[in-house]
Amino acid sequence: MATITYRDALNEALVEEMERDESVFLMGEEVAEYDGAYKVSKGLLDRFGDGRVVDSPISELGFAGLGVGAAMVGLRPVIEFMTFNFSFLALDAVINSAAKMHYMSGGQINIPLVFRGPTGAALQLSAQHSQSCETWYLHAPGVKVVTPATPADAKGLLKAAIRDGDPVAVMEGELLYNMKGEVPDVEDGDFVIPLGLADVKREGGDVSIITNGAMVHLALMAATKLEKEGIETEVLDLRSLRPLDVNAILATVQKTNRAVVLEEGWPYVGLGSTIVSIIQEEAFDDLDAPVLRVSQADVPMPYAKNLEQMAKPSIEGVMDACKKVLYL
Amino acid sequence: MATKVHMEALSPTMEEGQVVKWLKSEGDVVSSGEILAEIETDKATMELVARGDGMLRRILLDAGSTAPVGAVIGVIAAEDEDIAGLVAGAGPPVSEEGSAPGSSAGASSPAPVASQPAVSASPTPSPSDAAASVSGGRVKASPLARRMAEEEGVALEDVRGSGPGGRVVKRDVELAAMEGIVAGPLTPTAGGFVHAEEDYEDIALSQMRKTIARRLVESIGPVPHFFLTVDVDMSRAGEARHKVNALLEADGVRVSINDIVLKATAVALRRHRDCNAHWGGDYVRRFNRVHLGVPVAIDDGLITPVVRDAHLKGLAQIAPEVRELAGRAREKRLRPDEYTGSTFSVSNLGMFGIEEFTGVINPPEAGILAIGAVEDRAVVESGSVVVRPRMKVTMSCDHRVIDGAQGSSFLRTLKQILEEPLTALV
Repeated sequence: MATITYRDALNEALVEEMERDESVFLMGEEVAEYDGAYKVSKGLLDRFGDGRVVDSPISELGFAGLGVGAAMVGLRPVIEFMTFNFSFLALDAVINSAAKMHYMSGGQINIPLVFRGPTGAALQLSAQHSQSCETWYLHAPGVKVVTPATPADAKGLLKAAIRDGDPVAVMEGELLYNMKGEVPDVEDGDFVIPLGLADVKREGGDVSIITNGAMVHLALMAATKLEKEGIETEVLDLRSLRPLDVNAILATVQKTNRAVVLEEGWPYVGLGSTIVSIIQEEAFDDLDAPVLRVSQADVPMPYAKNLEQMAKPSIEGVMDACKKVLYL
Repeated sequence: MATKVHMEALSPTMEEGQVVKWLKSEGDVVSSGEILAEIETDKATMELVARGDGMLRRILLDAGSTAPVGAVIGVIAAEDEDIAGLVAGAGPPVSEEGSAPGSSAGASSPAPVASQPAVSASPTPSPSDAAASVSGGRVKASPLARRMAEEEGVALEDVRGSGPGGRVVKRDVELAAMEGIVAGPLTPTAGGFVHAEEDYEDIALSQMRKTIARRLVESIGPVPHFFLTVDVDMSRAGEARHKVNALLEADGVRVSINDIVLKATAVALRRHRDCNAHWGGDYVRRFNRVHLGVPVAIDDGLITPVVRDAHLKGLAQIAPEVRELAGRAREKRLRPDEYTGSTFSVSNLGMFGIEEFTGVINPPEAGILAIGAVEDRAVVESGSVVVRPRMKVTMSCDHRVIDGAQGSSFLRTLKQILEEPLTALV
């Protein structure tokens, strides 16, 4: 095991997949000469040349659509959005083209395409640049979505996404790029994490926090604090939001009988409400308490530091919800 | 080594027995052969003796309650012996028709224990003193608690809920299972208010009951009536009526003497549930809720609208309800569900100046009260003759269900309430 950053884990994944398969190429704003806005593509231009590491104009709809076209003719594009906040400009290419082409061509055309980049709020980037974008992508059938929380998951999931035959959005945590973690050594073989598998990041028997992406770390911090109060918290990292590991969700609910769904984005018509709905449909008799959600406040993200903190999900909020479902 | 105390067959034909009283209390040291309790069988009251030495750790059937032969009604064990398993599995079979296992909850709810079995977080529940929260007859419980209660044979309505709004949650069911709150109908003769009870309880007929039923029907007809009359001093009831009417004047509600009689009857029936019953042919159905049938004369006969849950209603509710039902009864605009389902009836001919009369029982009910007029009469009080408003109440009883002593005891309570309405609050 090597301890590397989330950023380097993504870089490793790109290098390994581009080495393995010549049809894989990277395109996006400043991915080549500048090594990427978050330096994920560092060294790739030198290594693979400007035919496979391509700087695009500042035109999200243009290069996303170009990616869809390239995928249609057999390439495996990795389209980097500088952040997913900017990808709203490209949603027609994502929702109407990438997501639907396989269906509308009667299965003749596959779109083996990866959209990747950071999602979620960082620090004081204000309302337009602090959004958790998963729900926009999750809503439409036809796009797969993964949200790696650790360096190992980032590497394993990005590699799986590149190899997948359908469009996959790999949504990275903006605040996670510098996070270090253990990742299996390259010499130990190909490290790929299949899409659609959740991961129990912490075991516990009293209450389950079901979450994803950067929120996994918030959940783990809350769990550590709850442990001091004698509460054993299980943290289920969904990793893959579509396809969703429903079995893992049901298993943890059956184990603890109480669940809190923690999501980074807004609560309204969000990921959390879908998970709550699945739990009450499939695990009703296992519930000892209503399932609660913790999310960002239902407001545009404030710029002011104090207000931003109040709008984001907090450790205290997660702890309160856990105690509430435990009737404490 | 723990010894279970069983309801033993104390007569050759005994199928169930009622605990008349326990001669030992929980915590008493007993030795084999010592008398534990007096048990009423179908024939006589018999003594139940201990079959082992130790401490009478648990009594699982309250005095006054009935259980089938073979049911575990107590546990004798060493002082420090773990009897949780015995207690949890104890109690008579739930499904057995006619069994009336005593529940250790109901009147005496389990005390919270210090250790919480399931939640290692050792949360401190803040249980209210209320038993399971019931709204509209439904116990609030988490889905898991509901499933566990079914699996464990725990009567959910007897479990004290520690969740929000009294919701019964997992830890409550686990606690109840340990405490041995097994499912079953509630003790019919339990004195105080019982939470979350069943609507009724069917009681299997004892051999004696069957014989009484058969012979009396031969004697007097399909419903063997007998009649009990009391003479009630209505001074206080009259005063109470004036006070209540003064209080309710602003609301436009006027309470009649009959409304007070209805309320008093409902309260008395709650205290004498053996009179709030139906004859079912091969069982007696004792009701926990009181639905009073109130016969109303109409043009070509009479009809009996029903005041439902009269025991839960105050005079301010009963008075307008009776008036409204009677009004629609005369217009023949009652829905069928408004004139069926009564558990007991109260007929009043006082407004016609009838001093006393007997009512004919409305089957399958087991009793009806015939209320006469309130009249000033000369009575002897403390050696002198005084004038008092008096009212005669005659109860018709179905002898298959109600015996003389039971009916009399009910009437005594009713008389007490009417003569001192405060009694209803006690």
